[in-house]
Amino acid sequence: METLVHNLIASGAFGKNASPHLVAAIVVFIMSAVVFLGVAFPFAGIVSWAERRVWARIQSRVGPNRVGPQGFLQWLADGVKHVCKEDIIPDESDAPLFKMAPYLVMLAFTLPWAVMPFSSSLILADLNVGILYMTSVTALTVVGVLMAGWASNDKWSLIGGIRSAAQIVSYEIPAGLSIFPVVLMTGTLSMQGIIRAQGWAPQHWFLFANPFTFVAANILYISALAEGNRTPFDLPEAESELVAGFATEYSGMRYLFFFMAEWGNLFIIGAIIATLFLGGWQFPHIIKSVVAMNILEAITFNVKVLFLVFVSMWIRATLPRVRIDQLMTLCWKYFVPISFVNMIGTAVWVAIWPDGNSLMRYLMLAAAIALAAVFTQRVIYYLRRSRMEVYFNPTI
Amino acid sequence: MSAVSEYVGNIKEAVTSIFEGMAVTASHFMRKPYTVQYPDRMPVRVQDTLPFRYRGILEVDLEICTGCLACERACPIDCIVIVVDKDPLTRQMLLSQFDIDIAKCMYCGLCSEPCPTGSIHHTTEFEGADYSLESLIRRFVKDPVMAYKPKKGPETDPQIAPILNRGMTYLDQWAQPGGEKPPAEEEPA
Repeated sequence: METLVHNLIASGAFGKNASPHLVAAIVVFIMSAVVFLGVAFPFAGIVSWAERRVWARIQSRVGPNRVGPQGFLQWLADGVKHVCKEDIIPDESDAPLFKMAPYLVMLAFTLPWAVMPFSSSLILADLNVGILYMTSVTALTVVGVLMAGWASNDKWSLIGGIRSAAQIVSYEIPAGLSIFPVVLMTGTLSMQGIIRAQGWAPQHWFLFANPFTFVAANILYISALAEGNRTPFDLPEAESELVAGFATEYSGMRYLFFFMAEWGNLFIIGAIIATLFLGGWQFPHIIKSVVAMNILEAITFNVKVLFLVFVSMWIRATLPRVRIDQLMTLCWKYFVPISFVNMIGTAVWVAIWPDGNSLMRYLMLAAAIALAAVFTQRVIYYLRRSRMEVYFNPTI
Repeated sequence: MSAVSEYVGNIKEAVTSIFEGMAVTASHFMRKPYTVQYPDRMPVRVQDTLPFRYRGILEVDLEICTGCLACERACPIDCIVIVVDKDPLTRQMLLSQFDIDIAKCMYCGLCSEPCPTGSIHHTTEFEGADYSLESLIRRFVKDPVMAYKPKKGPETDPQIAPILNRGMTYLDQWAQPGGEKPPAEEEPA
């Protein structure tokens, strides 16, 4: 970053006596604009289309396939429709708060992109408290959601907002506790530092470092889904009970903001898991060129994240919504104690084997491969039982 | 001790049931969708894929209509209006009006059962959307036509024979409980 600023000043593009701070600010603005407008917002849109296609195929339907090739431009049509709609603000609502709430939710969605480690050098700011920053700014969502629920002056919205607050605050605890094992092993909170402590090979990922981290990764993923208000934890917007929860009174662009944040958060969930447990952008050094290496690393990172995004869609199409007491039971009776066990277990593990136990790494990897094999066998069993031909072509 | 085993049992049950559920949905992900992409993107028209006994919009073959008014009497909601006059010169039955109000019709099929020749019958056509109620009244008689007079023997007129044949086949199949067309059989003597 600093070398880039120095090079820019030296090139004379900003005049001879340009202030380094000003140039740095311009560079940061341009880079963040590129990240938000070029990556975050289109991603949120495309996920909305991809998610509907994935659900549709799981439910033996086709899904949106009319706008553009295979319906790919459906998200643009939906976005334009929402922008063109009237922005209704209820008379009885608290108008300033009502108007502000979607922007706070949007803020909580855009802030984490600052520490998104796309590759070894493609990161806006490699903060030394990266993962802490990530978890804390994503928790800002609760302010916006609660504000939306309160300001709407509507019982459905209020119940949705309160539920969301309870859910996000509760699940912050197991999520935070599940980050500790990784921090214990690496001794750093920086996103790049955590990724550099892992290797490109699966046995060097923290997912397979020891049994505790494997459990921690699963708990963190489920807790992140709960924080992102995803099915099976989408109680705040449970359609059958609360119309649309905290978004009931919203329309047009402001309504769209809530859902863009929800879909965009999928990438952030995937990025957290990929960074902490799946080796992030790590890729074997096969090319000398720094640019080519960075592209390969960015592709690796995005493949891992998109796989996790696909799994969350798959979970959403599989599991029914849990009840509010079941939600809290899952968090406080199961995830929190198990997370504590994970943390202490990892601490003991690190005390015994400071550099990790390579035998355990290979054992864990073998167990994971066996689990995947059993899963594939079950899928084949269900396919055979249905007596239907395998049709894997996504275009229909 | 039982509380601990229940706790562990709950975790085990949750993990295994989610595992199986994910396997089921993954197998569904790899199957072909059932969706029929009506109205376009079909290899054949939907109307051509429907069964023969499908009760679509009614149609009348005026060439074989005897003017017996059986369908008008059978209709429970009076959506069929037929006017039959006797021509004073030729002393033949003249059909001067045969209207079916598709807006009223409930597709019960009671009119096509008593028809002696199978003249009034359902088609597989179902796209009846229109801009006015008036245009939903199907007027089959433009100019008054002579009613069909059944012959003693088989029909000899080469123009009417295939229509009558079709109508009788329709009646035969309408009387069948199953949907499939039965093989042609000789009538027992």
